Amino acid sequence: MNWIALKMLTGDRAKYFGLVFGVTFAALLMSQQLSIFVGIMKRTGSQILDVRDADIWVMDNKVRYIDEVPGMPDTELQRVRGVPGVQWAERLYKGQARVRLPSGDFRTVILFGVDDATLVGAPQEIIAGQVGDLRQPDAVIIDKAGYEYLWPEDVPSLKAEGYQLGKVFEMNDHRCILVGVCKASAPFQTMPVMYTAYSQTTWYVPRERDTMSFVLAKPEPGLDPHQVCRNIEERTGRMALTRDQFFWKTIGYFLSSTGIPVNFGITIFLGFFVGVAIAGQTFYLFTVENLRQFGSLKAMGLSNARIVGMILLQALVVGLIGYALGVGLTAIYFFATNQRTQLAGLNMIWEVMAGTGAAVLLIVVLASLVSIRKVLILEPAVVFRG
Amino acid sequence: MSTAFATMEKHQTPLDLPAVSCRNITKDFGTGEARVQALRGVTLQVRPGEVTLLVGPSGCGKTTLISIIAGLLDPSAGEIQILGQDLRALDGRALVRFRGEQVGFVFQQYNLLPALNAAENAAVPLLIAGRPRAEAVAEATRMLTTLGMGERAAALPVELSGGQQQRVAIARALIHQPRLLVCDEPTAALDAQAGQAVMQLLRRVALQPDRAVIVVTHDSRVFEFGDRIIYMSDGRVERVEDKAA
Repeated sequence: MNWIALKMLTGDRAKYFGLVFGVTFAALLMSQQLSIFVGIMKRTGSQILDVRDADIWVMDNKVRYIDEVPGMPDTELQRVRGVPGVQWAERLYKGQARVRLPSGDFRTVILFGVDDATLVGAPQEIIAGQVGDLRQPDAVIIDKAGYEYLWPEDVPSLKAEGYQLGKVFEMNDHRCILVGVCKASAPFQTMPVMYTAYSQTTWYVPRERDTMSFVLAKPEPGLDPHQVCRNIEERTGRMALTRDQFFWKTIGYFLSSTGIPVNFGITIFLGFFVGVAIAGQTFYLFTVENLRQFGSLKAMGLSNARIVGMILLQALVVGLIGYALGVGLTAIYFFATNQRTQLAGLNMIWEVMAGTGAAVLLIVVLASLVSIRKVLILEPAVVFRG
Repeated sequence: MSTAFATMEKHQTPLDLPAVSCRNITKDFGTGEARVQALRGVTLQVRPGEVTLLVGPSGCGKTTLISIIAGLLDPSAGEIQILGQDLRALDGRALVRFRGEQVGFVFQQYNLLPALNAAENAAVPLLIAGRPRAEAVAEATRMLTTLGMGERAAALPVELSGGQQQRVAIARALIHQPRLLVCDEPTAALDAQAGQAVMQLLRRVALQPDRAVIVVTHDSRVFEFGDRIIYMSDGRVERVEDKAA
């Protein structure tokens, strides 16, 4: 009977394509919007994850997220180093500065100042130059996307000529020399990300009493980073978080303090709702139009359980095809746009695919429930009514 | 299988017993002031090996009676035995199985599945019974050939005339060798010539010594094909015309 169910489903091409379209549209909208939402949320904390050489971030205990950080006195670095369980600790500056190019163009950038000696917090993937060049006077390294933002005229010739290092520009009226280009995760705002030596940040950013934004620390081998964080908090009175904790704290701030989740949530819900509406209505019409046929099958000895099985099979097939097409289109979208600098970091993760799959399953089950009820309460004697 | 159903197997009912036996069957729809009494104490018998016509004006209770005989509706009161089986003793699952094995249906509007071709439509009862698809379709094709529809076995219902569709429906009704064939206005949607052909076909192919054929109709042009004609009026059997008597 499964074969008959599939024949019935595909026999009416218009309704079949309508059903598949509804589910495809819902799957596309949900997976695409959910992926962008997840990508944007990941961007908010991407600079935290980019620092892979330190496990612990120490900061002012009123910090809510990475982009709004007051400075701490340099003495805090020594205090953290003195906490039992801390293998090493280094300072890190993170803030914003304004870059001015010789052409007069300017752009606000995210600036990291990493420890001059150890370069803890420096980018891990250098695609032009060397990370050690940060120790040179006025040296800065910029991320790939930032390079393309600041020098778009170089983009067409990048493949042929590579990145042009040695470019000179200004930050806060001080000279900078580009010594490298790195890979960095895209930040929440599409700003270039620049790295320089900590000692130079005092030149590049407006003067404040305290410059040090974070202390990056590494626990002794074998020690639980969470326990070391608690030790640091007890000894220094500063907030100490593991990398993951700080990442999720930052995401939590954006989730709770911005309209981003609400806006994306509405779109995702609309995708789900439209999917349920289109699939449900079409499926219901499909069932109603086949009611006499279902009645005949019941009269001829087909049990309710097998009819339910037929309808669920039809729903699952539609769901599977719609899901595959919708998620496939989303994958094509991200494949087509992954070279676009402003869309970097946005992609579809397996959790989104799984979540979309669950939502699609819910859509087709909800859509088929009404039809199942209609068929279950159908009296087979209806076949004798002209 | 229920105990009641286990007592009923194909070809066990003696041929001299009635295929259908109804006594004082009543059927009410609705309650209170909206209550409608569709059947008001119907008593009749249908013998195997005969074509029994159930005739009468619209609203006289023919459809209700045939639904009860086919096991699609429960009577409000009265006794009914089909092929020696008390239908009221069967639980839901056994009743569905009883219908699937013992009853064949021919509907006024054919009720063919539009996505299946003629052979596949005719094979549906075998598929419901769990027969493999290829085997069922092959058998249905042979049945269609018997009915003169062999060349149209691959045609979709929409590609068939009304008479051809009804022949496919008859093939579907007979494919599983039921012992009771219930036909609801089988000629109503056909012109006179096609209607006559369908009735001739029913007599030629469907009628067998151990099979009873009940035809609900108000088409007086097909009365000649019945062995017995049961006239109904206002929910009752008005008279019975037995041609053999």
